[in-house]
Formats: sequence, C-alpha cells, structure tokens
Amino acid sequence: MLWRVEVCDKDHGFDSGVKRDIEDLGIKGVESVEVAQVYIIKGGISRSGIKRIAGELLTDPVTQAYSFRSSPITDRNARVRKRAVVEVTYNAGVMDPVEESVKKGILDLGVKGVESVKTAKKYIIGGNMSTGQLKTISEKLLFNKVIQHVVTGPDSYSFKNPPQYHFKLITVDLPGSSDKDLENISKKGQLFLSLAEMRKIREYFVILGRKPTDVELETLAQTWSEHCGHKTFRGMIDYESAGKRRLYNNLLKETIMKATAELNKPWCVSVFKDNSGVIRFDGKYNICFKAETHNHPSAIEPYGGANTGLGGVIRDPLGTGLGAKPILNTDVFCFGEPDYEFNRLPKGVLHPKRVMKGVVAGVRDYGNKMGIPTVNGAVLFDNRYVGNPLVYCGNVGIMPKDKSFKEVESGDLVVLVGGKTGRDGIHGATFSSGELTSESEQVSAQAVQIGNPIEEKKVADCILKARDLNLYDAITDCGGGGLSSAGGEMGEKTGVRIDLDKIPLKYEGLTYTEIWISEAQERMVLSVPKNKVNKLLGVFEKEDVEATVIGEFTRTKKLGLFYKGKKVCDLDMSFLHDGLPRIVRKAKWSRPKRVEPRFACPKNLTPSLLKILSDWNVCSKEWIIRQYDHEVQAASVVKPLVGVNNDGPSDAAVARPVLNSDKGVIISNGINPRYGDIDPYWMAASNIDEALRQIIAVGGDLKEVALLDNFCWGDTDQPSQLGGLVRAAQGCYDMSKGFQAPFISGKDSLHNEYIVGKKRVSIPGTVLISAISVADDVKKCITMDFKEAGDLIYVVGMTYDELGGSYYYKTRGVLGNSVPTVDAKRSRTLMERLSRAIKSGLVNACHDCSEGGIGVAAAEMAFAGGFGAEIKLEKVPFKAKYDTRGKRRDDLILFSESNTRFIVGVSPEKQKGFEKAMKGAALGLIGGVLDDKYFAVYGLGGGIVVRTDHKELKEAWQAPLRW
Amino acid sequence: MVAIKSRPKVIVLRAAGTNCDMETAFAFEHAGAISEAVHINQLVSGEKKLRDYHILAVPGGFTYGDDVGSGKILANELKYKLAGDLEKFVGAGKLIIGICNGFQVLVKAGLLPGKGASGEQLAATLTTNDTARYEDRWVHLKPAKGLNSGFQSKCLWTKGIERMIYIPAAHGEGKFIPKDDEVLGKLWANGQVVFRYVDPYGKLAGFPWNPNGSVDNIAGVCDITGRIFGLMPHPERHLFASQHPRWTRGEAHREGDGISIFRNGVKSV
Repeated sequence: MLWRVEVCDKDHGFDSGVKRDIEDLGIKGVESVEVAQVYIIKGGISRSGIKRIAGELLTDPVTQAYSFRSSPITDRNARVRKRAVVEVTYNAGVMDPVEESVKKGILDLGVKGVESVKTAKKYIIGGNMSTGQLKTISEKLLFNKVIQHVVTGPDSYSFKNPPQYHFKLITVDLPGSSDKDLENISKKGQLFLSLAEMRKIREYFVILGRKPTDVELETLAQTWSEHCGHKTFRGMIDYESAGKRRLYNNLLKETIMKATAELNKPWCVSVFKDNSGVIRFDGKYNICFKAETHNHPSAIEPYGGANTGLGGVIRDPLGTGLGAKPILNTDVFCFGEPDYEFNRLPKGVLHPKRVMKGVVAGVRDYGNKMGIPTVNGAVLFDNRYVGNPLVYCGNVGIMPKDKSFKEVESGDLVVLVGGKTGRDGIHGATFSSGELTSESEQVSAQAVQIGNPIEEKKVADCILKARDLNLYDAITDCGGGGLSSAGGEMGEKTGVRIDLDKIPLKYEGLTYTEIWISEAQERMVLSVPKNKVNKLLGVFEKEDVEATVIGEFTRTKKLGLFYKGKKVCDLDMSFLHDGLPRIVRKAKWSRPKRVEPRFACPKNLTPSLLKILSDWNVCSKEWIIRQYDHEVQAASVVKPLVGVNNDGPSDAAVARPVLNSDKGVIISNGINPRYGDIDPYWMAASNIDEALRQIIAVGGDLKEVALLDNFCWGDTDQPSQLGGLVRAAQGCYDMSKGFQAPFISGKDSLHNEYIVGKKRVSIPGTVLISAISVADDVKKCITMDFKEAGDLIYVVGMTYDELGGSYYYKTRGVLGNSVPTVDAKRSRTLMERLSRAIKSGLVNACHDCSEGGIGVAAAEMAFAGGFGAEIKLEKVPFKAKYDTRGKRRDDLILFSESNTRFIVGVSPEKQKGFEKAMKGAALGLIGGVLDDKYFAVYGLGGGIVVRTDHKELKEAWQAPLRW
Repeated sequence: MVAIKSRPKVIVLRAAGTNCDMETAFAFEHAGAISEAVHINQLVSGEKKLRDYHILAVPGGFTYGDDVGSGKILANELKYKLAGDLEKFVGAGKLIIGICNGFQVLVKAGLLPGKGASGEQLAATLTTNDTARYEDRWVHLKPAKGLNSGFQSKCLWTKGIERMIYIPAAHGEGKFIPKDDEVLGKLWANGQVVFRYVDPYGKLAGFPWNPNGSVDNIAGVCDITGRIFGLMPHPERHLFASQHPRWTRGEAHREGDGISIFRNGVKSV
C-alpha cells in the first residue's frame, strides 16, 4: 500500500528565498511560493497507523497541518487558478537522507510494517507566468535533473525492486586487441587511460597469458587515474623556459617534496605519506591538515558536489594515523561572477549564482551537521570559472601522539564501516580526471552523490572510540575510486583478499565491479587483528553503524577479489602501484608580453577605493560566513568576523582545540589567480606570502608553520599549460625553502576546462596555499580592527611599484605586468620581527595588505573598529623595482599589492618600544586612528586624495553580497 | 582533611548527530560536576540507567539530521522509549537542561514548557528562523524579570543572574512560538520565561538582536518547577574570555558569561 502524507505550514507561509531567486531569473509575475513536504510511505500500514505517523511524527502541531491519502499523487497536479504546482523528488538510486530517519521515527512510534519511504517537495507558485517561464523556474531553481525529477504521475515514485544480479564473469580481450581497439575500450569504458597505459596493461596480460576481467581493468584505471595517481605531477617533464631545458623525473619530488626533505623539520611528524600531513601540536597531541577539491561534481550538482567534497576531506584526517578527530574546516571557492548574464551561459552550465548558493549550502549542511566549525575561507569570482567552478575544502584533525602511525599486519581482517554501498559515484575518480563537456551532466550523472553528514558523524564517533580502545592496526578512507583505491592502497605491502558479496548494499542488482568501484560516501576501511574483531564490531553496532568483515590482509602481495567464491580479480600489487608507464610530458613557459598601462594619476582616489571594496572578490562574505557554524566545539579564539560590530574581515583563524589549554591552531589561506596570468611563479610566491602574513597578523609566528599546496589547472597535456604549472611548482620550492616553511601534504586537480562547442575554456591556473601553525598562547593573539582613537598607524614592509594583477588595475580593466614579487629570506626576517613585537604586546591591531594594498587594508581596519583614520602617503617607504625611472604616484602607493606588508595600530605610549622592536625593517609612521568617522588619505603633494568616512567605506564593502 | 562534597553526576545525552556533547560535558566538569556522555542506545538497552545521574543535559547538534523537524525524532524516542524513566527522573526533583537542539528536543517531547498549574499541557514549538536560514551570531540575553517587573523567572539554572549575558546562537530553527496567547500568558504568569533577546542596551529589538523572530523575544524557558530549562543560544561556548568575539578589544570578562548557568545547575542538585 502506498500512502501520501503532505505537511504544510498552517499560515501558508511562503518561501521568500525561492521567490527572490525567481526574480533573479528575470521573471517578474510571481507573487507567492508555498512549499509543502511530501512523504510517500510504502508498507502494510492501517489508516490509524498513518494518522499517527502524520500527526505525531511528521507534523509540528503548533505550526503545521497535514493531510494524507492512499495514493502517491494528488488529484490536482496541474495548474489551478493562477497557481502552478511543481513536485520534485529524488531519482531512483539517489540517496535520500530523510528516508532512514523517518523509518526510525516510525519504528519508535511502534508502528510496524513500513517498507520504504520517499520524500518530495511540493512548490505551489502563485502569480502570472507562462508555461515557458514555469519550465525555466523548475529547471533553473527547483530541481537538478542529475539527481531529481518532477513528479508527473504515480510512476514518478518508483518502488520497484531493481533487477537481481546474476553473476557472470566479464573479460576483455586485451591480448588480442589492436592499438585502435585499446583506445576504444578505454573511451567506451570511461577508463580515461591513455594508449601507452593501455599498451602496458595489454603487455602485462599477454605475459600472464590471459584476458583481464572488467574489474581488473577498472581497478587499474582508478589507481592510475590522475585523481588517485597524480601521474602528471609525479611524472617526467621536459621543461623549457627562456631557452633553458630541464628534465624533471618527478616534478613533485623535485620541487615541493624536496623543500620539505631539505628543511627536515623535527616537528614534521608525517609528510606526504598519509591521508593528511601531520605536525606536532604539544607534548600530548599532533595535528594534521588536508585540503582537496571537488570541482567537477560541484559543476553539475553544486549542493551534492560540495557536500561530498567536504565530507570527503573530513575523512582524510579521520583516516590519518589511527584516526584524528576533525576540529575545523576551511573552504575556498572560485565561481563565475554572480551577475553573469543568463543568455551568455554556455549550454549545460548552471548559473554562477546557483552554483554558489548550492555550494555554500552543501558545505554549510555537511560542516554544521557534523559539528565541525568552518573557521575561515575565501571566495573568488572570475568568469573563466563559469563552466568549471573550484571547490576547495580543507580539514584539520587532532590526535594523540601515539596514534599517529599505522601499519597493516598480514592476517588482519578487512573491516568496512559506515554507509552501505550503492551505485553512487561510479567513475568519480576517472570522471574528475577528464574535462567537462555539455554532456557531462548526462554521462556522468552517476558520479554525483549527496552526502549524509549524520552517517559520517556516527562513523567518526565510533572510530575514535575504537581507536582509543586500540582495536585496529590501520585505517583509511574510501575516497575517489572507492574501495578499489582504499583496498589497493592498504594492501599494497601485504596483499589483500576481499569477498565482494559480503559488502552491504543499499539495493540489489549491483555487479561485482560496481560494488568495487562505487564511491558511496561515508565509508572507511579498517585493518583489524582477528582477536579484536568482535569487540570492534560491538563498538559500531552499539551506535547503529554498519561494520562488516569483508576480507583479509594476506602475504600474497596480490589484490584478490572474489564474488561468491569465484575469483574476479588477481592483480600483482607491484604492477598495480608501480606499473604505470612513465611518459615524458612536454612543458614550455615564457612570460607573456604584458604591458604596463599608461594613464594619469586621478586626483581623487575615493571612487577607486570604494570600487575596489565593492569588488566581488574583496567585498564582505558575511552572508556566507554566518551560515557556517564557526564556533561549535567551543574552540574559536579569532573568529572569521571581528571588530566592534563583529563584522570586519579577520585574517587567519585561531582555535584552541584542547579546552583546558591555551595552545592554539592557526589556519590561513593564500590565493590570487590574477598574478598567475602574468607569472605563475610569483602567483605561488605571493600566495605563500599571503598565507604566512595572515598568521603573523593574528599574532602567530613562523617557528612551526607548515603548508599545503593545491593546484587546479587546465589541460596539462598542452605544453604551455604544463609549463605554467612547473613554474608555479618552482615558486613553491623556492619560497618554502626561503621561508623555512615545509609543505606537508598537497593535491592537484588537472583538466579543469570546459568545452563549449569546439572551444576550450580553461580556468586560470590556480594554486591555493593553506598554512597551519601552532600558537603557544592564544591570549597573545590580536585582531585586525583598530582599537582606539589616537593609535598610531604604521605600514610595515616596503612598497614597490607592483600594480600588475592588482585590483586597482582591475577597476580600470587592465592586467599590467608589474606582478608583486617576494624575497623570502628578507620577508621572513621582517615577519619574525613583527611577530615578536605583537607577542610583546606592542601592537593593538594588525592587518596584512593584500588585494587593494594599503588603501583597502587601512579602510577595513577603520570600519571594523568603528573609527576614522588619516594616512599620509609620503610617509610610506617606497622603492621602484620595475620602472626605476618612474615617479612615485599616489595611486601606486595607495593600491600597490607588494607582498610582506602590514598595517599596524600602536598605542602612542608604545611608540618607542614598537619602533625599537622593528629596527632594521622598512617602517613608516603613516597616520593615526581618529575619534570621528572621517577617513582621509593625503597624497604625496600634501593634498587630500581620499576623503570619505568609515560608514561609506563599510557600506561599499558590505553591499554587494548582502543577500 | 577537608571534607569532599560529592560531585553531582551529569549525563550528557548523545544520539546520532549530537555534536556539542564534548563542550557541554566540559562545561559541567568546569563547574564542578562529573559528566559522562552516554548514547541513547545505552539507556534504551539498560546498559546505563538514568536514575544514576543527578542532571540530564541534552546538548546541541542535529540529531537524526533534524529530518522531519529539528529534534523531533529524538523527542519521540524519549517519549516512546524512555517515558517511564524520564518521568521518575523528573518526579525525583532532578534537573534537566536542553541547549539548542537539546531545547528543541525538550520542547518537542513536551517537557518544555511542560504542564501548567492545573496539569494542562502548554504547547509551544521552535520553528524556522524568520530569516529562513541558519545563522551563527552572538546574542544579548536579559533575564526575563528585568523587563516585566512582577514576573520573576522560577528557573533554578539562572538564579542570581541579574545582568545581561552575551553568548552565541547558531541555528536555523530557533523561533519560539507558543500555541496561542493563552499559553504565552501562562508562561509569563508561571514565571517560565527565562531569557529574552535584547539589543546591547538591554532593550527589546528585532533582527539581528532577536536572531530568529521569537515571540516576545523569548530565548529560553523553564518548566513550572524551574528545574527543566531550555534555551537556543549556547552557554557552553562562552566559558572563557577568549571565546568572546571582542576579547581582543578588552570587552570580555575574566570568565565567560555561560559558566554561571552550569554552576547554578550543579549547585541546585
């Protein structure tokens, strides 16, 4: 029997959010949008049973009303009197997180007989609109066909059992295949393997004298995918630049990892080995950090893509060592601009505003529901991200020192814990390794999933319990490639045998290959000694988390997969992990010829300052930040919003993860793709400088600071693209060495491009640098808001003629050439000096100069503190670097984006102490904090070039994203 | 030898999706109690007994994903699976606190505002914020009596709190609505209104000071005995000065404003 229960608000409260979004689409006639929640419940339930379910479980008696009927659909599904009804439900096979909760709630009521539950949302839209407009509203706002559909009749709610699966071993005739066949097999099977790789696999099986099975091919494709294997970054590269050639045998090992090895810091506990990089925290704990991207899934299903992106990266610290407790998130997004014209959108592409809202909601729901604070981040807009947004998610974990390492023992059992396995995310890893096309949403629909944060929270709770009871030897997460990568990775040194039919399934009908490569979320794999397995299973059972023995770690050094006793995979671990053919890729880079624009310096720079503050990239992100719980776990010390009204832009975030200790963790990010358009080397350098500056600005230091690199690039099969990537990696090496800040982990996502017709649109090569550091005493931290009228304003660090890639140039529509550079050794000395001054209590406020330079930094400090300020540009230490014959100019000094600079507020009585502490550094006493609201900048000639007040500055900064 | 007064035992209830259990347990320990995080399954199975504790704390989180309605599924679980034990616990004069999701659970289970003077059920709920979105922001709470002299809150958890307190709220469904004016009137008359959202000057105000649009700016209520207390904002997130959003501006006190609530609870056992 099928029951339909519909729950709606008694006062027919309408959803103003959806209405606003409809207006954004340019559709004006809509007057109201009501939303009702629909439950379709299947089972042998009586009328009185369904009444109890509706009344006691599904409805809030104070605010809601319900109705029910014994049919899955309503009578009036069509348009009635100026009101249109659109009912949206999930596609078959897509995880509906509400289903499990409702089933549990019904059982708790004591009502038996429920078989399954489906949910839907019913939108009742009132007003005047055409059928075409209704279609636009539905498609652009109410549902995403990748995961949902509009209910049209009873068949829309399919409860049919999927067909049973009957085992049939599938083999592929590789030994007998021509090169052309090989290419076809790779393409048709969505394997994304190159001809050279296919040939290598053919050779392996020719020697074995047999045909590979489909699951063997899939396993190789997953393990060798760019996503899992990082074959470009770890591959051989023939690099040419300025007439010089250099052959890299392994780019990663010869740049980023090399710096770490050479720095050899004793506080680095585990680097580039585990699921995240681990550093020392205090005598008892270590902390670990990882950031990843989930770009392609977020492009086609923003909510689900971002949701599972964060869910995935949280499992990295959870799967590091013997399991770290996730303590904070940091997220960085790159989108097209929110006001992008609808009619310019390429086919198959979602509007940037919808992508942004979906991504923010996805991250919000996963982070908030897991109870992990999202403490900082960044959002960048550039229309080259329209078809291929970037969604970086990072997570920090903390674990006891003695739980920081793992080792799989032969004879241990393989235990799979967490969510059940379905068809979700098949080919996710290979999908993310190719480019997006307008058909991506169709062919790759299976690659998209919706996360279940509550499941992951349950899994995390049980894992940490089992960890503290010493119940397992090793752990890893199921990420890209699902079990195929987790199992292959864990069994690399020993060998492993897995019985695929033992894996708990969400529904029947999965083939053995689908089971193996599914990327169903919220799963982890443990290596458990036989004598502890019962106790371990008990820990999970007690809290309703699935845990199943699915195999055993062996001594065979082979990956053996079985389905109902039949062998379906028998691969040598050595071939799987080391068999990838090494190809030399060509890379070439030459600095593009960029011209410095020539124009007269405007007399009045107020409009420029306001315009930069209103730039999408600079403006307030409060609308996003407040949707994240940034304070759960009660550890926050420096929050993302600071200042007299809790709304100024903080630099790094500081948290105090051990509640009875004042030791802190500091997290920051540096990202600026505009510099990469001039020179990726200086982009990487500037990003590193920015991440470190932020740590200094809140009172941290560089003693124990570690970095993560996260490269998102276009098509690196093109030598020019790969050349830029090499150049950025070189920047990472030099800066890491110069700042003595080792990289501890990283990630790359290549092929971030979008094909429109025949044209390829590539994202700008983008490197996110994330930094983590330990604060000895959080009580010495400071924030960026001016604290007191009368405080002296200093600029720390040298200003150069570096407007290339700046936001000032952006307001004029030009890029320029004079990209900011970094002298890491000198920067380090300066940062350390400032850090000591801050720790000695000599500084009241400190903010780093980044986008918009001195002008924006000083303005933000003023309005965050609720004070006015005056600044004299003639006091700013300045040197020419690019144009040594050029003159100093007001706009140049105010908006140059030179690195390693800070604006600092100091009490007059601490002037001497501060100047003494900063002796030897470029330092300028440039002005003071004012009691009134006026914000004035005096130019080199002594005249006023900016005259405004902190309220106007703040308004310019807050208005764009006040949604 | 100094006589050691026995420390009260607090059960911090966990379920799927609870996520403020650790800091809530810490807050009680910091206030002098012994606290233990216990999974609801352990109570249902009988492995742990509610009667072994003096205080029940239902912490924040998203129990069962807040699917169906915030706190609803855990509320039903308490109602249908632990009804007897809970009744005895309350009957024995023991204390209960619900914070954020825990408040939603207590309200939806009917424990708050609970029964009126003549045993009638006082119906109320917590529903979607007027902004229609989840928000994290700090709020000023004023003890209810300060606004309506004559109406003194009975709440044991807030005894002696005279001045405004400042703690963070973080929720999407925190708008408190009594069923009707009659219920609202009784809540006032019974001294069940505990905290109200106010602006920095202590005046009633709308958004953002009242972050969710609660009726009469009500942020927290107690039952008619004053022993069961629930509130949307998070006192456990403000135990220390460094948790204050403007501590770097010298605005924090030596201790966070939230600790007094936990001390009162521990003292009242």
